[in-house]
Amino acid sequence: MNQAEKEQYLREYSLLKNEGKPFFPYAVAKDSMMAVIVMIVIMVLSLLFGAELGPKVNPTTTTYVPRPDWYFFFLFEVLRVMKNVPKFTPFATLGVPTLCMIMLFLLPLYDRNPERLITRRPIALAAGLATIACIAFLTYSGASTGSPNQVTLPPPSGLSASQRATFTAGEVVVGESGCLGCHVIGDNGNNGPGPPLTHVGEILRPGAIASTLRNPTAPMPSFKGLATQSPKKFENLVQFLSMLQ
Amino acid sequence: MPLPKLLGRAKPADPDHVGEPQLAPIEAAAEAGLTVVDWIDERTALSPGVRWLMFRKVPKGINWAYTLGSATLFAFLNQAVTGVFLAMYYRPDVAGGAYESIRNINDNVFLGQFVHGMHKWGASVMIILIFMHMGRVFFFGAYKYPRELTWIIGVVLLILTMAMGFTGYLLPFDQRSYWATIVGVNINNTGPFIGPYLGDFLRAGPEFGATTLSRFYAIHMLLIPGIMAALIGFHLYLVTKLGISAPPWVKAHEPEAVTEYVEV
Ligand code: HEC
Ligand code: HEM
Repeated sequence: MNQAEKEQYLREYSLLKNEGKPFFPYAVAKDSMMAVIVMIVIMVLSLLFGAELGPKVNPTTTTYVPRPDWYFFFLFEVLRVMKNVPKFTPFATLGVPTLCMIMLFLLPLYDRNPERLITRRPIALAAGLATIACIAFLTYSGASTGSPNQVTLPPPSGLSASQRATFTAGEVVVGESGCLGCHVIGDNGNNGPGPPLTHVGEILRPGAIASTLRNPTAPMPSFKGLATQSPKKFENLVQFLSMLQ
Repeated sequence: MPLPKLLGRAKPADPDHVGEPQLAPIEAAAEAGLTVVDWIDERTALSPGVRWLMFRKVPKGINWAYTLGSATLFAFLNQAVTGVFLAMYYRPDVAGGAYESIRNINDNVFLGQFVHGMHKWGASVMIILIFMHMGRVFFFGAYKYPRELTWIIGVVLLILTMAMGFTGYLLPFDQRSYWATIVGVNINNTGPFIGPYLGDFLRAGPEFGATTLSRFYAIHMLLIPGIMAALIGFHLYLVTKLGISAPPWVKAHEPEAVTEYVEV
């Protein structure tokens, strides 16, 4: 907007303002009505759904699904989608959202078109609708990715009885530990943000798997707690993974 | 200056008319109220400001979409009030305390679960309202000159609101909140440049430890709300100072006189 456009706007605005109504009681009435509606909605939600509390924290048996509140689903989904371009992970995880934030932040500085009517701002209209569609879609797909907590993979053939026992024990630990929130194993789990583990035994030795679990690359959480507090489970977990060939 | 006419009433009977009937109690109360208001006004001279605030004009064509900002503000106030009540019972203690204190709120405290639920669902409502408010401002082009700064402050408020959701999620300290937070902090850690520092700051060290919870608690109930309250104040100052934008499809009738005046 150049100086003339600015002055034109201010002049037009002051005319509109003079034709307007006083804030009190007109705007105040609408605002209060809206406040009452908001209050009722919040109370009804609270009465209907309460504030249930899950099981207490237990850093060792991690029956967890890394699931944030619904309004973070879209961020988590971005992370999962971006994971398919592994090279850019650091930029994908915080980078893409940060970039979007900066774009949002600076919007009035780069959108200098004096036109305000949305139907005459095709780019803004398209960008706005696309953003809404993206966030809605990502939230939806984030919400509908299940929270599987169980692996159903038959033990590979040719295992001894004790190996098979370890395999099933490890399977349970994987289910409990929420690995499936981020990894695919067989037919179970989410594809991303972590790589599929169906054949992880082929590419990593048990030692490497154990050290990955102790000191993983973010965003994978560390399972050091499991290793120190129930070494047996940890061992089963590692053995199970290394049998996935 | 006396307050708006609306509140104005006949002055108290003067001493000449002692014989007159006494004021009814309700009127006496109204008189007392006015006296207090006058007393305060005499010292603060607030009434011109209040009058300007309340009787300033809002432009023609303002509609329901314009209530979304104040609805967001109202949701924020709801969070503040219910949050204070929760804070009376909550203990940010990792080693048994945090989880139990929330259990206690839910199961024993009078209306505890209701207030807890209002805080929890109020957060979602606030997020929805803030996004709708932002959408209104975007599609109405209300962020354009001269309201750019209002928008920029708004984006900061949006980020802080999301940060409130993130830090609050850990506090009940159940399985879900704990693990979601660990992953969330880890995601922060992978961010470019400031990522690792942010992660360390949130965890209060390289590991998720005993002080992490109290750090989240302090951030959630003191740091961010304080900053938000200040920024909302500034946001609203700008809104009143610059005036609320008119819907872009409403056009002013240029009064003849003005057009002629300009053309001379
Ligand atoms: C929050 C998501 C998340 C969870 C939960 C998670 N991981 Fe991961 N995991 C990842 C990510 C992301 C990577 C890739 C890190 C990288 O880029 O090197 C990974 C990598 C791995 C690797 C190395 C794979 C390779 O090909 O290099 C193994 C093994 C692994 N995870 C096992 C597990 C196990 C076992 C569990 C459960 C006990 C688990 N993960 C839970 C996200 C997760
Ligand atoms: C805590 C969060 C917020 C509160 C309490 C709040 C409050 C308000 C209120 C009460 C108004 C008056 C007009 C109206 O209601 O529409 C307003 C206007 C405005 N808000 Fe917000 N807001 C918040 C967040 C945001 C966000 C996230 C943005 C955008 C990124 C934003 C940008 C604006 C702008 C540009 C105006 C001026 C609009 C106009 O004059 O028409 N605000 N805000």
